[in-house]
Amino acid sequence: MYDFNYEKATSTGEAASKLSDAEDGKFMAGGMTLLPTLKQRLANPSDVIDLGGIADLVGITVDGSSVTIGAMTPHAVVNASAEVQKAIPALAKLAGLIGDPMVRNRGTIGGSISNNDPAADYPSAVVGLGATVHTTRRQIAGDEFFTGMFETALEEDEIVTKIVFPIPEKAAYMKFPNPASRYAVVGTFVSQGPQGTRVAVTGAGPCVFRQSDMEAALGKSFASESVENIKQDDGDLNTDIHASAEYRAHLVTVMAKRAVADANG
Amino acid sequence: MATTTVSMTVNGKQVSAEAENRTLLVQYLRESLGMTGTHVGCDTSQCGACTVHIDGLPIKSCTILARQVDGKDVTTIEGLADGDTLHPMQEAFRENHALQCGFCTPGMVMSAIGIVERNKDSLDEKTVREELEGNFCRCTGYHNIVKAILAAHQDMAA
Ligand SMILES: Cc1cc2nc3c(=O)[nH]c(=O)nc-3n(C[C@H](O)[C@H](O)[C@H](O)COP(=O)(O)OP(=O)(O)OC[C@H]3O[C@@H](n4cnc5c(N)ncnc54)[C@H](O)[C@@H]3O)c2cc1C
Ligand code: FES
Ligand code: FES
Repeated sequence: MYDFNYEKATSTGEAASKLSDAEDGKFMAGGMTLLPTLKQRLANPSDVIDLGGIADLVGITVDGSSVTIGAMTPHAVVNASAEVQKAIPALAKLAGLIGDPMVRNRGTIGGSISNNDPAADYPSAVVGLGATVHTTRRQIAGDEFFTGMFETALEEDEIVTKIVFPIPEKAAYMKFPNPASRYAVVGTFVSQGPQGTRVAVTGAGPCVFRQSDMEAALGKSFASESVENIKQDDGDLNTDIHASAEYRAHLVTVMAKRAVADANG
Repeated sequence: MATTTVSMTVNGKQVSAEAENRTLLVQYLRESLGMTGTHVGCDTSQCGACTVHIDGLPIKSCTILARQVDGKDVTTIEGLADGDTLHPMQEAFRENHALQCGFCTPGMVMSAIGIVERNKDSLDEKTVREELEGNFCRCTGYHNIVKAILAAHQDMAA
């Protein structure tokens, strides 16, 4: 790892101004992606600005219609939260499927969506529930937040502060995990509720996307039979050592079918 | 390279040492404090040999900067035994022959204590295997590790 200036911010304002002052600064949440990247010398920021000391970025609040999760809330806390388990069980379950217990104790929801790894789990929940991402500058609809592989709508010095998830009537997440890393080879998040009928797919393409054919079919009848014969086009899907585009396309249907059955269960 | 004094509590003792900004907690423990019980088995944050507890929670000490841990409370494998009396998890590993070369063992034991603490009321084999996702063992085939953790769960509950 190359050396860098390390700074710990105590407020988002301080973190943003430190980043603006830096030649080439990077925010750090739990470091679960950033530090492995630095260890491999794949990045060489001049400054690492630690968000770990900003208390108001951590925590969960639930009201009658939504679940709000602070950007620095670790996956383990979301997974173990009795309130999230009650309001949106699919979200608590998804958090518990990420990586391993040690990664879940450090990795954060804000870091996961800001990084926007094509195989990350949380982006599917943000899009699949029609959540809103709150930042230091504005509110961004989940549908607008993820713009491409490892790309988001965030500006350089913009910090995700919290994510607001509307509580659905039904929701479920199914993933086919890579057996070594547990990242999603394909993960499908389905929901029905105030944000309509949604099917969000992660792992399969360069970035999370909505499967509109399945959404239309489930809008008519929210049953696994509605999606079992809908084929995902493999044209834009990923091929790598783990799976071909064709196999991923097949998995999209299988995961969707299982997710709908689970949501109805 | 510029260094900063980093202080923390390790196994109940207040410690202080110089660290670069890029110094990882595991380097700080092994190289600055000479506590080589915590191991490094990979450079991809996957193997779990480096697992220690910070403020009671298992984390990978190869994927956190020493400076992030300034002022916190760290427990390593060296802090578990009480004199000659092993911690119940260490004892269970010994009883069940849950190690061969021993390289993964410090991380396994630290991670295993986390598994028992998260599942105080009931713990089954499937949960143990799932929650060992972040710890690799190249020798044992995991079978006796799983047995040891289930046995320790009984002892620790008693
Ligand atoms: C072994 C291993 C297995 C894993 N398995 C999975 C898995 O199965 N599924 C999965 O989804 N993920 C997985 N992960 C990733 C994990 O979920 C982390 O949450 C993710 O890496 C982000 O980490 P972090 O929150 O610590 O963010 P960091 O690594 O600290 O930051 C990541 C990026 O986001 C930026 N950033 C962080 N917070 C903010 C913010 N609030 N506002 C703006 N920008 C921000 C940083 O500048 C950086 O560019 C795995 C990681 C490891 C090491
Ligand atoms: S050395 Fe930390 S996970 Fe391998
Ligand atoms: S005992 Fe050798 S790696 Fe686990």
